[in-house]
Amino acid sequence: MVVGSVAAIGAGLAAIGAGIGIGQIGKGAVEGIARQPEAANEIRSNMIVAAAFVEAVALFAVVVALLGNGG
Amino acid sequence: MSCSRIKSLLVVSFGLFALLFSTSLLANENKAVAVDSNGVATQEQPSTEHGAKKEEAFNVTETILEHIKDDHSWHLWGHTSIHLPVIVKTNKGFEFFSSEKLMDEHHEPAVYKGNFDYKLIEGKLKIVDANGNEDKEANKQLWDLSITKNVASLFVSVFILLVVLLSSAAAYKKRGVTSAPKGLQSFMEPIILFVRDEVAIPNIGAKKAGKYLPFLLTIFFLILINNFLGLIPFFPGGANVSGNIAFTMTLAVFVFIVVNLSANKSYWEHIFWMPGMHWSMKLFLAPIELIGVFTKPISLMIRLFANITAGHILVLSLICLIFIFKTVFASAIAVPFAVFIGMIELLVAFLQAFIFTMLAAMYIGMATEEHHHHEEGHGEHKDLAHH
Repeated sequence: MVVGSVAAIGAGLAAIGAGIGIGQIGKGAVEGIARQPEAANEIRSNMIVAAAFVEAVALFAVVVALLGNGG
Repeated sequence: MSCSRIKSLLVVSFGLFALLFSTSLLANENKAVAVDSNGVATQEQPSTEHGAKKEEAFNVTETILEHIKDDHSWHLWGHTSIHLPVIVKTNKGFEFFSSEKLMDEHHEPAVYKGNFDYKLIEGKLKIVDANGNEDKEANKQLWDLSITKNVASLFVSVFILLVVLLSSAAAYKKRGVTSAPKGLQSFMEPIILFVRDEVAIPNIGAKKAGKYLPFLLTIFFLILINNFLGLIPFFPGGANVSGNIAFTMTLAVFVFIVVNLSANKSYWEHIFWMPGMHWSMKLFLAPIELIGVFTKPISLMIRLFANITAGHILVLSLICLIFIFKTVFASAIAVPFAVFIGMIELLVAFLQAFIFTMLAAMYIGMATEEHHHHEEGHGEHKDLAHH
């Protein structure tokens, strides 16, 4: 029932990378907010933008994986 | 305390699922299951017209891609759908007909005889020869300008945007900007102020932000409404507009045009002849920066497309779990997860509209920025809001 392809492995690797990246961003943001709670709003919006950049790279990989699957 | 509570909850829920799966698989053995276009489970008896199809294995990829693709008809419920008009231009002129004629009574693609023989091949309108095969030579002059599902959905979103925004604009005309907002106006005002104060001004600068604010607000609300409509699984929504690469490409092209037309001399200088560098470095950087001009809108295009499409695929694959396991009890796990992902998608819908607008504003800001740290003696520089 489970049929895979190399593209799926690639998408999984991309997800690992993005997970590490977003984890680092979240860690940095929480540390920053803990040190400077008054800057929380600014840090949060910057965190979201940075997370979107990281996420986009992972989604590029998903698109490539979809194309690789012949979809 | 809370940790142990969650643990016991997990144990109980997994135990329940193990129990449900083991009993229900046998009970559902001889029922064919079909998906309607919203991914809602409809169980059918084997005696219906789908009986023959039942034998084929359920193809997840095909089903999901069918749902995120553009279509010539807009599904309502069951076997009812709106047949959208087909508009084709060939070298024999324009032709208009209903997409109903492209389907036979079994909802299979049929040949329509107009100026040419038209048939839907994998959802796309093609000219076919007498044997029903694609006629590649004749297709070169075929322009499919149909009102497809995405186009119709864009009309819906434009209508909603016009109603909402014109009524709040009229409210400002009537009551003035100094009195407290009312009704829809009070809902829209914080969003518009958010785009102005959090997106436009910090990135472009207070002086120039006003000039670009209408453009930024337009792309923000257009993306936002289409993201939200895409999350609605039934009629007024259901089309995957902002997850369509042509739609995001159009937006990205507009950003590209606005950024490059509003670019000042120093922007182009920083691309072709980076100041403050050795000449060999300048030669090295010029092609990289030039590629950067194009990759910025391309990344905007792919980011929005991939985010929205990935969200739709995620929800659809969770719903597809029900049909993979061939038991309605799988929905006990699939539906809560789909709702959870739907909640995240609500956040993503807003976030992607925000990110797209934010990056567009950033690129505009980069293009119109006045640089004053390299050259001296230009006297007229004033410190802008940013930096």
